[in-house]
Amino acid sequence: MSNTIIAGTGMTPFGPHQDRTGRDMFAAAGRAALDDAGLEPEDVDEVFYGNFVGTITENQGHQGPIAAEALGTTAPSRRVESACASSGAAIRDAVRAVRSGDSDVVVAGGMERMSNVGTAGATDALARAADDLHEIRAGITFPAAYALMAQAYFDRFGGSHEDLAHIAVKNHENALVNDHAHFQQAISVDDVIEAPEVAAPLGLYDACPISDGGAALVLTSAEYAAEHDLETTVAITGSGHGGDTMALQDRRELAKTPATRDAAEEAYDDADVGPSDVDLVEVHDCFTIAEVLALEGLGLYSYGEGIGAARRGETCRDGRLPVNLSGGLKAKGHPVGATGAAQLIAVASLLEGSHPRADAVEDATLGVAHNAGGTVASATVHVLEVVA
Amino acid sequence: MSDVRDGAFDEFLDALEEGDGYYLECSNGHGLLPPRRVCPHCGDRELTRRPLPATGEIVTHTSVAVPTPQFDDDAPYVTAIASFGPVRITGIVADADRTDVEIGQPVAVDVEANATTGERTITFRLQ
Ligand SMILES: [Zn+2]
Repeated sequence: MSNTIIAGTGMTPFGPHQDRTGRDMFAAAGRAALDDAGLEPEDVDEVFYGNFVGTITENQGHQGPIAAEALGTTAPSRRVESACASSGAAIRDAVRAVRSGDSDVVVAGGMERMSNVGTAGATDALARAADDLHEIRAGITFPAAYALMAQAYFDRFGGSHEDLAHIAVKNHENALVNDHAHFQQAISVDDVIEAPEVAAPLGLYDACPISDGGAALVLTSAEYAAEHDLETTVAITGSGHGGDTMALQDRRELAKTPATRDAAEEAYDDADVGPSDVDLVEVHDCFTIAEVLALEGLGLYSYGEGIGAARRGETCRDGRLPVNLSGGLKAKGHPVGATGAAQLIAVASLLEGSHPRADAVEDATLGVAHNAGGTVASATVHVLEVVA
Repeated sequence: MSDVRDGAFDEFLDALEEGDGYYLECSNGHGLLPPRRVCPHCGDRELTRRPLPATGEIVTHTSVAVPTPQFDDDAPYVTAIASFGPVRITGIVADADRTDVEIGQPVAVDVEANATTGERTITFRLQ
């Protein structure tokens, strides 16, 4: 299988940009990605655009053409919606379009604008990632759904809020040098423990913020990149996608995320690598417990062992497996539809050495990006490798 | 509150209200709540209606401090998943503080109006 080259990347800073339209944020990210690739709008064959709640927060459906126009083209486009995994899924579809030979050049990414509807509005919109009949109507919020998983994890494997706090502290520390991050602010374990509770056992500092922003990648076939003399440092060598039941109540196991496991196995097989080959990873830490579930689902830790990884320092930037060097969703921010794309951008820039935290992983050649939707009813995993 | 009903889901709430709760079971023993035409676990279409056990058991729980607008006046409240034989149900634990609720605790299930909108809400009571 031929590699899919990451020819260019671009993103806006993540954070509160309530007065900025979604189309403007995606234009900034997408145009930066095209410039980085040295390509023009007319070179783009297709656009894959991730977005979750734009129909609610911007009253706008059919956002694909708006995203394409923002790039300067009316190329075929679609909006891909898989809750928080929207742009992970968009990238997966884009990779398949390139691999199939249907497209030589695609733009894949996403955008979310949420802060314009306030905390209550965003809480309501984000809850739509859960099952309306069986969960939202029973009082489930998005944090509550992850709190139910955290409680089940503690019951099954042990662990404490303090273990989770170390994850938040690590990710905030990682973001201190990231000028695109929503938060560049160090926090302590005590700050996390003493923060107001959102959904027990999770507090305010266990949760990612409500962020706005856009992110985009230009992907091309290896043949196109060679013919047009594009820079080809990093390629997507593996792609996987897993699914599970929408509602937590339909799962037999609440302390594991089989969709992540399935996506990871598919992506590793696709790239012909295994968990032991992974040098660094960006995982979907919408809540601190989600990082634990992700590391175990990705096969990077045994079930029950991931909870103590940050506390033991293993996933810190000087540890054996740096996790979320970008700051993760927790500190970099989580403009939902842009998150999966931003994760790939972080992994690519860490591998090529241009990321402000790249000094922590100087010899790294392989990184993984893990994006999850809802309570991991959808998960995408991409393997990125240095190819030049 | 809307007059439009959500088909088999509202029929299920009607039955719960009348103390006549049920669940659907496929040939392979997977328990499901309506609306379902097929089991998502095994693809089986032979779904049989079974009486819901009177008592369930808390599988996991949380206390929600920051609700969606539909539960503004209810917060803080405890919400939980409870197992009733082979089926699991998500609901609010009525009149419970977070310190009252533990995994494994027995609960009964009913339908009650939530305090914010009056919408019918699946509700557990600690036994
Ligand atoms: Zn079945």
